[in-house]
Amino acid sequence: MHSPVLEVKNLAVEFGSGAGRVRAVDDVSFDVRPGETLAIVGESGSGKSVTALSLLRLVPTPPGRICAGEILFHGEDLLKASEASIRSIRGNRIAMIFQEPMSSLNPALTVGLQIAEPLQLHGKLTWAKAFERARELLGKVRIPDAARRVNAHPHQFSGGMRQRAMIAMALACKPNLIIADEPTTALDVTVQAQILSLLKNLTKETNAALILITHDLGVVARYADRVCVMYAGRVVESGSAQDIYANPQHPYTLGLMASIPRLDQEAGQRLTPIDGQPPDLAALPKGCAFEPRCRFAMARCRRERPALESQGGRHYRACFADVSC
Amino acid sequence: MSHAEPVTTGAPLLRVSDLKVHFPIHDGVLIRRRSGSVKAVDGVSFEVRKGETLGLVGESGCGKSTTGMAILRMTPLTGGRIEFEGQDISGLGARKMRPLRQRLQMVYQDPYGSLNPRMKVGDIVGEPLVIHGVTGTQDAYRARIQELLRLVGLRPDMAERYPHEFSGGQRQRISIARAVALNPSLVLCDEPVSALDVSIQAQVVNLFQELQERLGLSYLFIAHDLAVVRHVSHRIAVMYLGRIVEIAPRDMLYREPLHPYTRGLLAAVPLPDPLAERTRVHEEITGEPPSVVNPPSGCHFHPRCPMAMPICAQRAPELTAIGNARSVACHLHGAAPALDGQAAA
Amino acid sequence: MTIALDRPAASRPRRGSATMKFIGRLFREKPLGAAGAVIFLVFLFCGLFADVLAPYGYNQISPINRLKPPSWQFLFGTDNLGRDVFSRCLYGAQLSVIIGFCAAGLATIVSVVIGVVSGYIGGRFDMIVQRMVDAWMSFPDLIVLIVVVSVVGPGLLPIILVLGLLLGIGGSRIIRGATISVRENMYVTATQSMGASTFRILFRHILPNVMAPVIILFTTRVGFVILAESGLSFLGLGVPPPAPTWGGMLSGSGRTYMLQGPWLALAPGLCLTFVVYATNVFGDALRDLLDPRMRGTR
Repeated sequence: MHSPVLEVKNLAVEFGSGAGRVRAVDDVSFDVRPGETLAIVGESGSGKSVTALSLLRLVPTPPGRICAGEILFHGEDLLKASEASIRSIRGNRIAMIFQEPMSSLNPALTVGLQIAEPLQLHGKLTWAKAFERARELLGKVRIPDAARRVNAHPHQFSGGMRQRAMIAMALACKPNLIIADEPTTALDVTVQAQILSLLKNLTKETNAALILITHDLGVVARYADRVCVMYAGRVVESGSAQDIYANPQHPYTLGLMASIPRLDQEAGQRLTPIDGQPPDLAALPKGCAFEPRCRFAMARCRRERPALESQGGRHYRACFADVSC
Repeated sequence: MSHAEPVTTGAPLLRVSDLKVHFPIHDGVLIRRRSGSVKAVDGVSFEVRKGETLGLVGESGCGKSTTGMAILRMTPLTGGRIEFEGQDISGLGARKMRPLRQRLQMVYQDPYGSLNPRMKVGDIVGEPLVIHGVTGTQDAYRARIQELLRLVGLRPDMAERYPHEFSGGQRQRISIARAVALNPSLVLCDEPVSALDVSIQAQVVNLFQELQERLGLSYLFIAHDLAVVRHVSHRIAVMYLGRIVEIAPRDMLYREPLHPYTRGLLAAVPLPDPLAERTRVHEEITGEPPSVVNPPSGCHFHPRCPMAMPICAQRAPELTAIGNARSVACHLHGAAPALDGQAAA
Repeated sequence: MTIALDRPAASRPRRGSATMKFIGRLFREKPLGAAGAVIFLVFLFCGLFADVLAPYGYNQISPINRLKPPSWQFLFGTDNLGRDVFSRCLYGAQLSVIIGFCAAGLATIVSVVIGVVSGYIGGRFDMIVQRMVDAWMSFPDLIVLIVVVSVVGPGLLPIILVLGLLLGIGGSRIIRGATISVRENMYVTATQSMGASTFRILFRHILPNVMAPVIILFTTRVGFVILAESGLSFLGLGVPPPAPTWGGMLSGSGRTYMLQGPWLALAPGLCLTFVVYATNVFGDALRDLLDPRMRGTR
């Protein structure tokens, strides 16, 4: 098959220094291929957003620091790349879409200008050509009346339209990889469905890879091909969406599946929550970070940290316990 | 089946009829003129019965939170009537309202903003008792706080700590303990779990249900997450742009939604099952919710509605009873649309 | 022990121990702030007991000892009239510290009352109050001062009142802004919806949460007032000479004899710096100690 667009190996990111040092991302590896949608799922503090930011070396430094690992984009290690070459990749070959569409757009410039800018910068187009292309792109993300809207300012757009404009901007240079960090969390559910379908279709069309960062297991099921489940900075399970949902192998994934109320099941039954509180990254246990909340926990889990191991094929998990019972 | 149908006897605990909350829009720099109004809540009617949970769902800006604030009498009413425990509270002044507030409490969305960071957890939970002068002796007061903390699944010794030492889910438990401190009959919950992590949401949802069974509480559960609302509610009202478009018992609403908006809303919720999602027909609602300042004519939903008819742009449909349990406001259902030009009732 | 007479006997030792605990925490967690408090107390002590501590009178003129540099006889040297600068600094502490703290304290109280009430009530009331504040602030301070002083005559009390009011009304803006942002918090709404009185909301929920700007307002005003008084002295509107104030010493003989006797300016200048610095670090420490979120951090 295709070789991966992006391959992340043993990535680690730390925040702070000295005694207050916190490892937000620890030994994270994954890859994503052209035309594929990889979802990184996790709760707050799982390190999913930091992972996304570190892929483009956008982790604020200090206090953050990428301290280990490799990020291979078409075989080139982005962590070793010069500042100039990473700038030429950002927004050009790898594009990013953020959660908050209002603060991601400059309120003082027209939307058209902001979409045209990367085209003029990376695509070496003239301003006139770039503007023409911006108009096309706005039509492509199905903004009604794109020819007129191209001259509008961001505040004249609704939340959903802003996110469409962000997608247009991301697609402008035909990137090989799009990273979308909770792109629809701030939007209503009917708009969320529209935006994600649009994103999915457009990436399929251009054969780009899509990394979708989210906490919503429904969104993952509908749009992702493969899934990485993160907990306390580590990948605890990864595999195809079908495998993860039909046959979850990590107690945390199992717990998540059982704890969400679902529209496709009988209503009214008590949910089975995951006990305990979210992990405190500053005081992680020596063993498995999920051990304090895990109903399969054994003595070994307190002593050692389980490594990610294959469950057959491309389904991996990091756990000692037998969860089949 | 632990979450059985509630005993619904007697008069409803809360009856809201034709509730209207309009916010004026002002114009002009020197002389402020009233140039119009935002009809945040525009003629909303529903009931909450004893021991029941009524879910109120809708997208942002539909007026569901304003409805909650209006019932609490925290925002001025433009019109309509709110009856709580058989008493009309829509015209009550602050002083007359005060004793009723013991019976009417609220849990808020933001677990960080809803607790005063300078107060100890015990003082926060005990504050309603102090406000209403029902603390009793020091020992009784302290014992009550500990009992409340235990009730919501916290340790009694946590009373001496400050809110910032707790996680979001624990803070929401503190908020709930404060809300039930005075043994209220109705608790309004405004998006109480939407700010929490997925794995914590279930804990808090379960706590709400446990407390309902133990204390006989009624909830008005305001939320946008249809799966959570379905899980906790006995009946559900769907709001769109200040109006209720459909209100029905839970299973009826989810199995057979009548209003096109309800249908679209349910279709937009992705199921956590890749196989089901592959085969599901995704009937998306197009467009976005229009601005509340300038809502569409007639039925507010008609510009996005796949089944819109000419009448929909002209006249707003009335909320009409279909059978004895559900009501829907749609020209497709209920009485034949009245002729144009006839005065709207 | 006199303040808690009407309290039940059982709660008295607890209250005492809470104060001790607070002082303990101040020294343990905020050594710099504790140093500030100590420096401030030393100055207050010197000011209060200047009559006993000062080796000479503040206006004891000795023409033979004009402009003597610091020595064991005259710790901070002497000024152009042969007066002992050390003694004058001690007496100055009395006046300057009184003016500084009273005027800054009055200013802070005025700011808090106007700012919190105006910000909390909001609406039309807030608008009217703020327009009045605007009007007051657009009036040149100096004119107000000159008018007041020429009517009631120069002296300690008019200076404190006028400076306190002038700064207080201006500073109310900061407190109002803080109040408005605190008022927007859900816990305020929550308490209102429980039926709490306005009084309770203001004192339990608003005031503790605007303490940070209140403390900063106070500590920055102290230094400002002491210096402002010197400006007034310069115009002849301050505390009339020969009564020594640090500001007066700095701007008077201190400046005239800067080259012949630099100690004339240096001594009151250093005193001023120490007091302002001490109040600032103590204020910062207080702010952090009162904030439960800062527990255990330095």
